[in-house]
Amino acid sequence: MTTMQKLLQLPVNAVNIVKSVQGVAQGQEEALSPVLTPDSGPQNWYNAVQPEELRHLRSSSFGGGGGGEGSDDRPAQEEGLTSIQSQPLRHDDLKEMLDSNKDSLKLEAMKRIVAMIARGKNASDLFPAVVKNVACKNIEVKKLVYVYLVRYAEEQQDLALLSISTFQRGLKDPNQLIRASALRVLSSIRVTIIVPIMMLAIKEAASDMSPYVRKTAAHAIPKLHSLDPDQKDQLIEVIEKLLADKTTLVAGSVVMAFEEVCPDRIDLIHKNYRKLCNLLIDVEEWGQVVIINMLTRYARTQFLNPNINESLLEEGSEKAFYASDDEEDEDKKAEAAALAKRKPYVMDPDHRLLLRNTKPLLQSRNAAVVMAVAQLYFHLAPKAEVGVIAKALVRLMRSHSEVQYVVLQNVATMTIKRRGMFEPYLKSFYIRSTDPTQIKILKLEVLTNLANETNISTILREFQTYIKSMDKDFVAASIQAIGRCATNIGEVRDTCLNGLVQLLSNRDELVVAESVVVIKKLLQMQPEQHSDIIKHMAKLIDNIQVPMARASILWLIGEYCEHVPKIAPDVLRKMAKTFTNEEDIVKLQIINLAAKLYLTNSKQTKLLTQYVLNLAKYDQNYDIRDRARFIRQLIVPTDKSGALSKYAKKLFLALKPAPVLESPFKDRDHFQLGSLSHLLNAKASGYQELPDWPESAPDPSVRNVEVIRLLERVTTLTSIPEWSKCTSRKDRKEKKVEKPFYSDSEGESGPTESADSESDSGSGSESASGSEESRSARSGSESEDSGEESESEEEEEDEEDQKKKKKRLEKTKARKAVEESAESEQSSGAEDRKRSRKMVKNQKSVSESDSESESSESEEESEEESEEESESDTDIRKKKAPVSKPPPKPSKKESKKENKEMSLLDLDDFEPAPASAPVTPVNFLSSSLVSDLEGLSLTDTILAPTTIAPSGSIKMYELLHRITGEGLAVEYCFSRQPFSPDPNMVAVQIQFTNNTNAETKNLHIEEPRLQSGMRIREFSEIEVLAANESVTVVMGIDFCDSTQAANFQLCTHTRKFYVSIQPPVGELMTPAFLTENDFKKEQGKLMGMNEISEKLTLGDKCVNEHVIVERVTATANLSRVPCGSDKECRFAGKTVSSGSLVLVTVAMKDSAGAQLTVNCEKMVIGTMLVKDILQALSQ
Amino acid sequence: MIHSLFLINNVGDLFLEKHWKSVISRSVCDYFFEAREKAGEPDNVPPVIRTPHHYLINIYRDKIFFVSVIQTEVPPLFVIEFLHRVAETFQDYFGECSETTIKENMVIVYELLEEMLDNGFPLATESNILKELIRPPNILRTMVNTITGSSNVGETLPTGQLSTIPWRRAGVKYTNNEAYFDVVEEIDAILDKSGTTVFAEIQGVIDACVKLSGMPDLTLSFMNPRLLDDVSFHPCVRYKRWESERVISFIPPDGNFQLMSYHISAQNLVAIPVYVKQNISFFESGSSGRLDITVSPKQTMGKVVECVVVTIHMPKVVLSASLNATQGTYKYDPLTKILVWDIGKLNPQNTQKQPNLKGSLSLQSGAPKPEENPSLNIDLKIQQLAISGLKVNRLDMYGEKYKPFKGVKYVTKAGKFQVRT
Repeated sequence: MTTMQKLLQLPVNAVNIVKSVQGVAQGQEEALSPVLTPDSGPQNWYNAVQPEELRHLRSSSFGGGGGGEGSDDRPAQEEGLTSIQSQPLRHDDLKEMLDSNKDSLKLEAMKRIVAMIARGKNASDLFPAVVKNVACKNIEVKKLVYVYLVRYAEEQQDLALLSISTFQRGLKDPNQLIRASALRVLSSIRVTIIVPIMMLAIKEAASDMSPYVRKTAAHAIPKLHSLDPDQKDQLIEVIEKLLADKTTLVAGSVVMAFEEVCPDRIDLIHKNYRKLCNLLIDVEEWGQVVIINMLTRYARTQFLNPNINESLLEEGSEKAFYASDDEEDEDKKAEAAALAKRKPYVMDPDHRLLLRNTKPLLQSRNAAVVMAVAQLYFHLAPKAEVGVIAKALVRLMRSHSEVQYVVLQNVATMTIKRRGMFEPYLKSFYIRSTDPTQIKILKLEVLTNLANETNISTILREFQTYIKSMDKDFVAASIQAIGRCATNIGEVRDTCLNGLVQLLSNRDELVVAESVVVIKKLLQMQPEQHSDIIKHMAKLIDNIQVPMARASILWLIGEYCEHVPKIAPDVLRKMAKTFTNEEDIVKLQIINLAAKLYLTNSKQTKLLTQYVLNLAKYDQNYDIRDRARFIRQLIVPTDKSGALSKYAKKLFLALKPAPVLESPFKDRDHFQLGSLSHLLNAKASGYQELPDWPESAPDPSVRNVEVIRLLERVTTLTSIPEWSKCTSRKDRKEKKVEKPFYSDSEGESGPTESADSESDSGSGSESASGSEESRSARSGSESEDSGEESESEEEEEDEEDQKKKKKRLEKTKARKAVEESAESEQSSGAEDRKRSRKMVKNQKSVSESDSESESSESEEESEEESEEESESDTDIRKKKAPVSKPPPKPSKKESKKENKEMSLLDLDDFEPAPASAPVTPVNFLSSSLVSDLEGLSLTDTILAPTTIAPSGSIKMYELLHRITGEGLAVEYCFSRQPFSPDPNMVAVQIQFTNNTNAETKNLHIEEPRLQSGMRIREFSEIEVLAANESVTVVMGIDFCDSTQAANFQLCTHTRKFYVSIQPPVGELMTPAFLTENDFKKEQGKLMGMNEISEKLTLGDKCVNEHVIVERVTATANLSRVPCGSDKECRFAGKTVSSGSLVLVTVAMKDSAGAQLTVNCEKMVIGTMLVKDILQALSQ
Repeated sequence: MIHSLFLINNVGDLFLEKHWKSVISRSVCDYFFEAREKAGEPDNVPPVIRTPHHYLINIYRDKIFFVSVIQTEVPPLFVIEFLHRVAETFQDYFGECSETTIKENMVIVYELLEEMLDNGFPLATESNILKELIRPPNILRTMVNTITGSSNVGETLPTGQLSTIPWRRAGVKYTNNEAYFDVVEEIDAILDKSGTTVFAEIQGVIDACVKLSGMPDLTLSFMNPRLLDDVSFHPCVRYKRWESERVISFIPPDGNFQLMSYHISAQNLVAIPVYVKQNISFFESGSSGRLDITVSPKQTMGKVVECVVVTIHMPKVVLSASLNATQGTYKYDPLTKILVWDIGKLNPQNTQKQPNLKGSLSLQSGAPKPEENPSLNIDLKIQQLAISGLKVNRLDMYGEKYKPFKGVKYVTKAGKFQVRT
């Protein structure tokens, strides 16, 4: 306590001393200091502290300071202080400069000192000289002194105490920057003795009116906690208070403090959960990362596992709702809460809120934020929604190699659990020769995890190029990867094995060795079939020098010596010769081989074995000697040998299970993804375990607490009754007419706003413009969905009302407050501003999400959410008891709305639902349904007949000739029907004709070899095709809008035929129906490079437009677009797999001249189409 | 979070240290040096190194290792991203981020680090805020400062720090109000031996230089926004507007910044602007090899392909190259084994005389011929063309009265463009 007293008294003494000793000249200078203490007189009192004072301090209690300094320095220093000139010292000049009156000299000195610190040089002996400048009025000098102080205070605790009062004064400064920086430095000084002062300062700053100071307070909390963990309880109180803060500035920092001080106090989050979710998008990026990570943990404790009932989930919530009385479900959820009991799984709206509010952050430029969201989705989202993160993660692969490294580690873990998610991005993981090795190996890992039956051929082809790389570590990893693919995918095992065997003749020894090791593992799975490979490897033993490989070969031969009875003894003979020169692992395997051979073929190998064992007996390595002794006893029958030797054969030649080649990333997902622990695959200190989902959801109403508090406030609000009265629709409508709602409130709060004028003007104008904008956005949404408009408006109004009430209330409260009236006024002003700004934002989000059309789901949610809010609001108004969560509405209404919106959207943003054709019967020569529809839709009657697709013109292509097919002839055509199982596929009609005299059975497709991205939907197997019969089937192929051929095998019960289907470009599209205006609009968007124009001369037969239309529609599956001019023909379609528009215009000119224009986003398609149409028209 | 930072140069000299909590001895870097030794190439140093008491997270950038010391669990990307931000700030302040500039501006560097982190947690990382707190050095200011004794340090709280738009300072004034946007697209591609595309995609960024007074609210719209498959934005962009309307609406930061980066949907076929015909072969006998490369323009939409450079990392056994280039110059560095052929412009008209590099390579005698042929890395540039076809439709400004000058530029470059041989 004595030290405390000294501490608290010292500044007073010091000031007194200053007052008495202060020189006149200094007083003048101080008057100029605008920053520190504009009111009081002498403030850099420290200059006047006599060296005697210091010496006293130092000698009394220096021992506490951490001594980076040798003890012999100290007396010299003190001498230096008293008479700088007399004793030449190391930093003499610096001290002199620091003591001078000129700021520029001080600055120069400080700069040199800081440079010393930066280089890691010890500058602690300058502490006394520096610390007295702590109150220097030059702000840069002061800042540098702070830097110095924070660095060395720990070592020189007592001297550091002298600076404390400066900071204490700084904490009361009217300038928020000074207050904040004072707190920052004060809390950074790691001197235990000032803990009470820090605590006081933090508490005060936590209720500061400036959010910036509050932020600094949040930062100070972990500092104090690490200095003195005993303060935890008090600090938690401060954290609780700051968590309730409404500003985005504070949110990130306080959650960081929460994570460091009390990460297990999840209960503190309840009340702030929704606020944090809503603020999230406006928090600065670093704060976002911390908040998202914390919320992930929170959600794991509070919500139910969304994947608990996967099958039901996939059917959509609507179905799940109606299917609620299924018995089966009841059983599964017997323990669940009453709400959950009725429905299988309904996501907590708060859970949904979190998912919805984090999703846009996937677009952040900050990789850490993207990763944080990705892990949140991975750990919390329903399976069906996790996919959205893949794209963003793949994007990060473009970033710095360190980022790639971390992302790839996480992707590798994800691919094990959710392979499908990254499959479409397979190619993004292809390896470049310029990638660093560690990246290459991680990519390889991901590729291996992604390998499955359909893509294995592409992946293996890719691996083949990797094997030729110059980077040997990478080559070794590639070979391992091939091995893993081979074990996981049975179909390619033989191919891989053959490939690896070829590698055995590689010139590089490492490659060979690695291959041997992998082959060994593969052979273990099915040794019977591969005795020739084993033989081949036996030959290799002469050349391979890598011990591991030699050992592997020997083991193989020993293990399967029965498959190679002739070679094995010979190998043993060779090895016996070289035994003494081998590495230890090889020797051990030689002994093994000898033992196994002895047991199976003792006649030939008895002597050899004994020779080897004798050699081993005198080996230098005791392992080998031991092994030899053990084996000799076991296999060579002597009279002494025990019971074991009977079982020798069983012991040695037991069936050994094949090794399972597993990814090193398996099961890593029990660590929270994106964490350091996950990366290291070991728990790092301070890692918070990701909790398991709870069996039943904890009470969700804990997050409603805010509402109750509001209620209390509102009940006191009797002075403004008109707000609480307006319950009828009409009233509210009237309220809405009061347009200048915002400007009013702005104006009101304007005059009371604080003296921090700078920030005011900025933020004021900003929020005003914000509200303007939101209004315009709202009007936009009004026009779009007129039906919903009124309701959403009301909700907004309600919210506004509520907010405003709150504001008023606070203001009145604030006025009543006795203490620090001026300041609290300011603070409420600031609050008001913040709130109104937030309100604007909320509103914006509501209106925007209403007009949002893309994700119907999130929209639905937002609706629910806002409804809930409004309900709770009205509840408060009626002074009801706390709100229970409104049950999610049956989504009937939503779906209706969805439909309506669909129709309101223009084609630009929404691809029209594929012509809803039911499974059309396969009719060979009928004109397609599509063109029928088209004919109906056209008003121009003259055109109608011509637009029907020329019925006879469907061209048949040969897939398999009668002769090559040994009697089986296969033809195909593009039927131009929509392929109903998958609208993104081109329907291909295939006709099989059996020209033989026998039945053909089991006609089906096998082993499609496709360009990546392409997909095939096979026709169902034709079981029997009788002689001289033919049958027609339809299959779907997604060509990915390319004219690459789809290769596959056509199999009968006896034969396999390699065939390929290559589509003409015109078949890659389906007709699209556009009006003339739409056509023009779309064409306008597809100018520039997307437009290809060509002049042509029409062929002799193209005399009128009927012929032209016929020709064009025969070439490409397009529909005609009505057109005012008869000199022009327009056609429209969209590509089947991506739905890009294809617009064709044929403009006829004089005589036979014409101009053909094709507009298409896909330039390649456009170019090819032009060529085809040109050809068709000029014939 | 971040405990300390050490800057280490390529050679292994530790030239700056900064501690945000208590001091950690620089001997902790020994673990780093060990890993550095083991890795060989600087690229291969693992970004996260585990030591008995600490974790070292490092990045390698501009020939400097930024090694940070961590004691407790933290998302590694958080640290990595922050370190890169530090490097970018240095670059922003001093024009380049190198050992010399950092040493020259040691004090400013130190002040910056002090502002960017508080107790190891990021505090101010927006360049606009930092520049108000600590003014970047320039010659004029240095002179004025030495004469008047004024400082580089701002005295008031940056306005951005308190507003909801921390990236923009208030009271910006320009006489010429202008906004420039550069649409830069890079083609990442892997072509195989026969010239077919194994993998190709387009990545683009829009860099902006906005010098507008007041608080302008800009809206940028595209002719064909559907081309954009995946986007990431500067924090100033309003996500919701993009989601619903496919326009980019934002209040810009002042000065230069990257507005967005995007990825063109993989379904769009990428036009490869050049065609490369190559033949590199090494002979078993005579320790020599032959090289023959021809580069010609392919799908260039009528634009000229410029700055074409072919870089080849030769196998170690290649001693020298005696080649003949019909266009441009070539250089072979026998130390790094890198062959660079600087072609320059590709003439689209003259289809007969395409640039060709031909000649022989001499190998180390006695050494076996290299297994693999080296792959070619190609660099190129096409002005006034965004290869994906992306077009900016219009830029509208709200919130301010004046008429700004608006400019859009398109450039296509080769990104990681590799031809396997």
